[in-house]
Amino acid sequence: MNGFLRLTTALAFGVLTALPAAAADLKIGLQDDADVLDPAQSRSFVGRIVYTAMCDKLVDVSPDLKIVPQLATGWKWSDDGLKLVMTLRDGVKFHDETTMDAAAVVATIERNLTLPESRRKSELSSVAKVEATGPLEVTFTLKQPDATLLAQLSDRAGMIVSPKAAKELGANFGSKPVCAGPFKFVERVQQDRIVLEKFKDYWNKDAIFIDKVTYLPIPDSTVRLANLRSGDLDMIERLAATDAQSVKGDGKLKYEAVVNIGYMSLYANVGNGARANNPFGKDKRLRQAFSLAIDREALMQIVYEGTAVAGNQPFPPNSPWYDKNIPVPARDVAKAKALVKQAGFDRVPVEMQVPNNPVAQQMMQIVQSMVAEAGFDVQLKSTEFATLLNEQTAGNYQLSRSDWSGRVDPDGNIHQFVTCNAGLNDTKYCNPEVDKLLNAARASTDETVRKQKYDAAAAILNDDLPMIYLGHQSWIWAMKKSVSGFVPNPDGMIRLTGMKKEG
Amino acid sequence: MPVFIAKRLLVALPTLLIISIFVFSLQKLLPGDPVLAMAGEERDPAVLELLREKYHLNDPIPVQYVRWLGGVVQGDLGMSLRTNQPVLELIKEKLPVTIQLAIMSMIFAFAIGVPMGILAAVKKNTVLDYVASLLALSGLSVPNFWLGIMLILLVSVQLGWLPASGYESIFVDPVRSLQTMIMPAFVLGNALAATLMRHTRSAMLGVLSADYIRTARAKGLSPREVVLSHSFRNALLPVITLTALLFGELLAGAVLTEQIFTIPGFGKLIVDAVFNRDYAVVQGVVMCTALGFILMNLIADVLYVLLNPRLRANL
Repeated sequence: MNGFLRLTTALAFGVLTALPAAAADLKIGLQDDADVLDPAQSRSFVGRIVYTAMCDKLVDVSPDLKIVPQLATGWKWSDDGLKLVMTLRDGVKFHDETTMDAAAVVATIERNLTLPESRRKSELSSVAKVEATGPLEVTFTLKQPDATLLAQLSDRAGMIVSPKAAKELGANFGSKPVCAGPFKFVERVQQDRIVLEKFKDYWNKDAIFIDKVTYLPIPDSTVRLANLRSGDLDMIERLAATDAQSVKGDGKLKYEAVVNIGYMSLYANVGNGARANNPFGKDKRLRQAFSLAIDREALMQIVYEGTAVAGNQPFPPNSPWYDKNIPVPARDVAKAKALVKQAGFDRVPVEMQVPNNPVAQQMMQIVQSMVAEAGFDVQLKSTEFATLLNEQTAGNYQLSRSDWSGRVDPDGNIHQFVTCNAGLNDTKYCNPEVDKLLNAARASTDETVRKQKYDAAAAILNDDLPMIYLGHQSWIWAMKKSVSGFVPNPDGMIRLTGMKKEG
Repeated sequence: MPVFIAKRLLVALPTLLIISIFVFSLQKLLPGDPVLAMAGEERDPAVLELLREKYHLNDPIPVQYVRWLGGVVQGDLGMSLRTNQPVLELIKEKLPVTIQLAIMSMIFAFAIGVPMGILAAVKKNTVLDYVASLLALSGLSVPNFWLGIMLILLVSVQLGWLPASGYESIFVDPVRSLQTMIMPAFVLGNALAATLMRHTRSAMLGVLSADYIRTARAKGLSPREVVLSHSFRNALLPVITLTALLFGELLAGAVLTEQIFTIPGFGKLIVDAVFNRDYAVVQGVVMCTALGFILMNLIADVLYVLLNPRLRANL
């Protein structure tokens, strides 16, 4: 080979490799349509999936649920837990090319705290003030120690938006959101699609290999999967557990799953209005018997084809916060019967409200027949979801099936449900001892101390049983074989950083 | 004729008013708090109260109704609780989608139902008649959602001919728009075709046994002329009434069909609105549908007069 030929070959090769690859468009099927696309106002789960691509947060959550840097590169708590100092990443631009700095963070947090429509107020309720203590340094001063703040800042409360756009659009920010994430907003058609494109000045642009991403809400899981199989979608979230085997056996598709941070549970009305005045609400032995009569393992195998895990605490058994001294109880009908007898009953009538979706109903029918053997005559009351929520808050129920999507910090899975007068405490359970433990756990930034407090609270709650935990579902994703680099995270988000699509 | 139309429109006003009262009160009877449904998992009492205030949900129901009516008179249908968009804007966005679906379904329904009905009547009690009746019966019996999913699995997943779901505006990409609409229009039109076929058949049978048809045949007209010019035109009258009534069925069917094929139209809008207790949207969509229904009936009446000269004397 002569020199000239070698040179041209090398040049041609150089040109070829320098050429951009064909544009990679990713189409993702979501279960619902997102609500307002303003991190301050949003409340839907799928909205958070879209933000993951569009709006970077101060901190992120790793697959093992540790808080890791994102827009903030480091942070430090003061010894009394009343001050949090965060150092920000240098050279970060918003989608409108303005600079992300300490002033922008302060403006965003203040917006979250003061915008009348903001849904972030309770998440940031411990913040007394936030100040720019340097061009790239912000200091949060708290009213009382709050270990959950970092976890809050890893979600919508910590998504930094362009102050310029926020000022211009006010409460209408959702019509054209401007953040500092890897993808910027292009268009949205209600109930049809949300389109984002790669932001060329993203701080971590070298790790982004997707050029355009389109989110399509398709509520029916069968149709969602059909769209993936026909090639109209590249990836779907929340695959139905009943389709798991068929996707695993499909040579063209990939299956990913991870146990989520939420839980499935039954609320027992122990103190919410007049309907709490019944044996089941007043005598914990009956609730213990009810719990013992359920074969949780079988329930998860039958209803969720083994994709869900049995549980008995607000944290899944694989979580570091799970108390291993209180393992998932095995079914014990004899003991359950004995407890019912001790409480002075032969048969106990119980009315249970259940959301009117097929999976929840199937599950509760199985529970109904399981507990019947121990002496419970369960009457199922199938209720549409908004109504169920209303009845539950109003205390118009005896036993109610209710689930929680889960929060990264353990506090978010337990404090607001079981402390006296808490916002989501629909059972109206109130035990000063539990309050004391959970408040102490919230105030400490020392994980060992927190774990001790949660364990102590778990022991009391496992005895009183205002909530009977059943298990933990998995997030299940299915995608084409050509999609790679996806890392399942227990928070259910789809992080596009590092993801690739070939062909 | 203009006087006739004006009179009919005037009569429609009290009808619409009654419907609006009915829908408004029915919605308020529904259990479930819209603010609670909106808040989802983030139930901050202060925010809930603010939202209740903002949307006047604390006011007595009659006050809420009068406020809403006052807005409607000025062309303001209120704001969606869920998406913060004006209801009128949402309707403007979704209505063309459902109209396209409705027109395409009607085309399917007519293209299948009417010829089959004529054929079945002309070839009464032959194999052709039985086959047509059998097809009609199955068209009526097969539920929309089942047929929809089966078609998706066959046409999109197995054969890969058409997109499984989604929507594209006919003004942006006509080819893609038709591709996405063919299956839903067929599913929706299929059930209507069956009803149309049954009615066309019986209307045709009635006309075909009339004296003037015998006369026409005796005059030596070709069977084709007898059927199409003499019988069909007269048989068409009940079919038109039926079409106006089928419009209601069409909208009801669109709710399910749009859900299955994920078409962002009226049906999907109302389903989402009901589940989220998005009162203003439900109210707006129902009123709009009622108006459409009234207009369809008016059009049917006008067509009647145009097709049947005898009715003109009564105007």
